[in-house]
Amino acid sequence: MTKEERYTQLKAIISPYLPEDVTVDTITPESNFIKDLNINSANLVDIVLDVEDAFDITLENEDMDSMQTVQDALRIIESKVA
Amino acid sequence: MPNRVVITGLGVCAPNALNSISFSNALDKKVSGIQFHAQLKELNFGCQIAGKPLITQDHLNKYFTPLQQRGLNASGLVYGVIAGVDAWNDAGLLPTDKEKTDWDSGVIFGTGILGIDKLREAIYLIDEGKTKRLGSTSVLQTMASGISAYLGGILGCGNQVTTNSSACTTGTEGVLMAYDRIAAGKAVRIITGSCSDSGPYVWGGFDAMRILPRNYNDSPTMASRPMSATAAGFVPGSGAGAMVLESLESALARKAPIYAEVMGGSVNSGGQRSGGTMTAPNSEAVQRCIQEALKQSKVSSEEIDAINGHLTATSKDMVEIENWSRALGRDGKDFPYINSFKGLLGHCLAAAGSIECVGTVLQISNGQIYGNANCEDLHPEISRIIDPSRVLQQTLTRAPDVVAKASFGFGDVNACVIFKKFYN
Repeated sequence: MTKEERYTQLKAIISPYLPEDVTVDTITPESNFIKDLNINSANLVDIVLDVEDAFDITLENEDMDSMQTVQDALRIIESKVA
Repeated sequence: MPNRVVITGLGVCAPNALNSISFSNALDKKVSGIQFHAQLKELNFGCQIAGKPLITQDHLNKYFTPLQQRGLNASGLVYGVIAGVDAWNDAGLLPTDKEKTDWDSGVIFGTGILGIDKLREAIYLIDEGKTKRLGSTSVLQTMASGISAYLGGILGCGNQVTTNSSACTTGTEGVLMAYDRIAAGKAVRIITGSCSDSGPYVWGGFDAMRILPRNYNDSPTMASRPMSATAAGFVPGSGAGAMVLESLESALARKAPIYAEVMGGSVNSGGQRSGGTMTAPNSEAVQRCIQEALKQSKVSSEEIDAINGHLTATSKDMVEIENWSRALGRDGKDFPYINSFKGLLGHCLAAAGSIECVGTVLQISNGQIYGNANCEDLHPEISRIIDPSRVLQQTLTRAPDVVAKASFGFGDVNACVIFKKFYN
């Protein structure tokens, strides 16, 4: 899977958690999940579970703590899918 | 002077109907919601039949966003949201805007246990050391107040938002809690109701107590027999009922439809004394509850046109009839019409009171008294106290003016509410 494909897949994972007034086009690598995309902080744990399932990886607590933006998530995924 | 309180919206998610219009039709035409469930057979249940609302995916999509549906595994929550949202819409009300809270409206929506399938899912994951996999939905779907929290959030309610729990009395108790709060001027309107999960993990304990019928697995619609000589125990059910209670002043100002007036009622407990136990009612407490309900409602015994009983189809039905008769001081042909909807629904446990309150109010607004199912062979102990003509076999087209509804629950708890046709 290329970097671009991983980004596309991540956007698809995030999409259902976006509030009604935020569209998937709004997502950029720099987007902060909570501040920019207005995702409910409780749903961040669900995004992590979906990422684990989609990429067949396991995220540790420290990974979750450092996952503030879309780019953070991509970096963590890339480091795990080796 | 306490505020007068009226009912302006109804919603129901019952084993035999998924909205209040089809529910009234189902009660009128005696449509049973009790079916055989293969899962109960596979699990070696003695009673393999139950009442369960048949929800489709299309139906679910109307009430829950795709995000809300992710990991949704709490049937009672689903039933409660469907009934609650329907009642709100029926009252001509809409969810508030995103930035606006409705401080005058509250939610009192009860349950026995919520999301037991979700809880089971969580227990398996935790025992496997996978607690993290619970995600964010486990707590919200298994906290008892999950149902009032969901409804409060969907509708934007800013008054009291809470969940009551008193076993099979829950729904009827909730009506009185809402009534009290509106009568006292602490809220303008409250959506009240109750819900109960479906499935083996809710029903299993009752099967183990051997209080469910075991000989009707091949004839499910015959199994629930309130007041019958051949009653063999209650059929487990599930679902939700909901109604919007509102101050008369607000209902008139909004020109809302008014189904009936809540005159008042009473809740009490027998203290598990004098024959009362964890599972059986203290008859003195039941009679006091009914009499106090009349007193609080300023309604005399003679004014009661019809009763919707608790009447679950156990040996306690006779005791209940006797208690009504003594409490009202009426018997024989002078006794009010009495019915039980459990012959068609089964016993919907924590949801029973609210679903049956909806049916009771529909009798007033539709001008009907619904017939009883499966009691052609009225129990002789009952016909000794009241004339068989009081136990309608078919629906009677006659508008009852005043109807009493009671529910009794484990823990020796009772609730009785008096509904009346609305006269301005």
